[in-house]
Amino acid sequence: MGSKIDVRAEFPILNQSINGKPLVYLDSAASTQRPNTVLAAMDRFSKTSNANVHRGVHTLSQRATDEFEAARVTVQKFVGADDPAEIIWTKGCTESLNLVAASWGGANLQSGDEILLTNMEHHANIVPWQLIAEKAGAVVRPIPISDDCVVDLQAFRKMVNNRTKVVGIKHVCNATGVVNPVCEMAEIAKSVGAIVVADGAQALAHVPVNVKEFGVDFYAMSSHKVYGPMGVGALYGRRELLEAMPPFMGGGDMIRSVSFGKTTFNEIPNKFEPGTPNVSGVIGFAAALDWYQSVGKEEIWAYENELAQALRNALDQMPGVRTIGKCENQAPVVSFVMDDAHPHDVGTILDSHGVAIRTGHHCCMPLMERLGIPGTSRASFAVYNTNQEINVLIEALKNVVDIFSKC
Amino acid sequence: MLSELYQEVILDHGKKPRNFGELASATHQAEGYNTLCGDRVIVQVEMDGETVRNIQFVGAGCAICMASTSMMTSFVKGKSINEIECVFEVFHSAVTGGEADMEPLGDLEALVGVKQYPNRIKCATLGWHALSSAFKSPILEEK
Repeated sequence: MGSKIDVRAEFPILNQSINGKPLVYLDSAASTQRPNTVLAAMDRFSKTSNANVHRGVHTLSQRATDEFEAARVTVQKFVGADDPAEIIWTKGCTESLNLVAASWGGANLQSGDEILLTNMEHHANIVPWQLIAEKAGAVVRPIPISDDCVVDLQAFRKMVNNRTKVVGIKHVCNATGVVNPVCEMAEIAKSVGAIVVADGAQALAHVPVNVKEFGVDFYAMSSHKVYGPMGVGALYGRRELLEAMPPFMGGGDMIRSVSFGKTTFNEIPNKFEPGTPNVSGVIGFAAALDWYQSVGKEEIWAYENELAQALRNALDQMPGVRTIGKCENQAPVVSFVMDDAHPHDVGTILDSHGVAIRTGHHCCMPLMERLGIPGTSRASFAVYNTNQEINVLIEALKNVVDIFSKC
Repeated sequence: MLSELYQEVILDHGKKPRNFGELASATHQAEGYNTLCGDRVIVQVEMDGETVRNIQFVGAGCAICMASTSMMTSFVKGKSINEIECVFEVFHSAVTGGEADMEPLGDLEALVGVKQYPNRIKCATLGWHALSSAFKSPILEEK
């Protein structure tokens, strides 16, 4: 290995045995683990600054509010947005995408309008659109992909027309690691005036993100995919769009004034943040982004991509194993199928070796159907993984082959 | 522990499922689908009154699911709904770690190792649940 980053000791959870073997955690695409820095930031907030935000005039409430808003600036800068007000806190990507579909879609979609989503979208960027499409009489259409899970740009160009109102793109495919050409797709979408909704769940930890350069209108994020806590995330939305959109949920803090005759709504971002938010989660999210940047994004990407490529090379040497998805600069997600073993069986056998991978359809049933497979086994990498762990995985896969070649 | 789960008889049934394929004479059928992992089996039964005269299944899934469904089809052929429901009760209890008298299970006992793997129990019971539903789902003749 050329690159070397040693942050493993900063992740206490990794130092344990599973089924009598050292834990080999290769399921970071489902959820990354959190470094001590993030755990400590959340703990410190709880011990020194915990109070409700945007409400009290007392010192503690002000302190909590300041930290909460500083975290918003961290996310804004991280994704290259112009203005912190363009960052809405949510529970994660799923809520972010539901917010856009329900609020923007509810206000703008009409009968006959078309919503184009790549055939590899996660259910979270399909189902919310189906729900709103049904109400509006709009149509959801898949953008074709190749057998390698790459968007067919030519077909996409032909599909867009003046009825196209929304284009949904998963920036990095959670099932295959394929990185979608967000810039080109956004440009094509803009040529017919459609809005572009990108799902950044897998992207934040593995590829450069800049919403302005991409030209996307909305960008959904989850903290727990990038070394932060679960249950918190964000939505970037372009200011003009957010300002024109109706609220997604009603409650406290999202209003300017309420009477039983008439309620007026707050400015963005508060308009979209009713109720007491997950403040310590937000603090953890920002701490995770800070930690990630302090280790060095590009160094991390180089390191984990080397690991993923080493695994792909090793799998290519194994008879009866086929990797799924292929593109330039693929993210460190390695999906594969085995001739004789179903992914579910692979997952169980690997677990007995202490190896944690994800198996199944990865919440991408239309993608699995398109590729003609019931599911895959997926090993996904993060900065804390090691070359040695790839050896353990390969040995465990040999055990899978042994078991299933018995008869 | 792993060797209890992936016994030879299970691997054999998983790889070469018995009674696999469409049953033209089917009078009843139902689908079992595990949304978590995508395992799907369709169990087709030819009933003679209360007795299973013939049974076949189609579908795709993990080794445990295919083996369990295959072994189930071999086991229930010629038995009555009552007998089958009784055995399913024992089987279900055994694979979920409950007290069970293994005797009526015969070959099916090989699947009991699944109780060590809570997230795989559904794989072992999917075919049985489909069969239970099939008893209540006669195939309606198209007019």
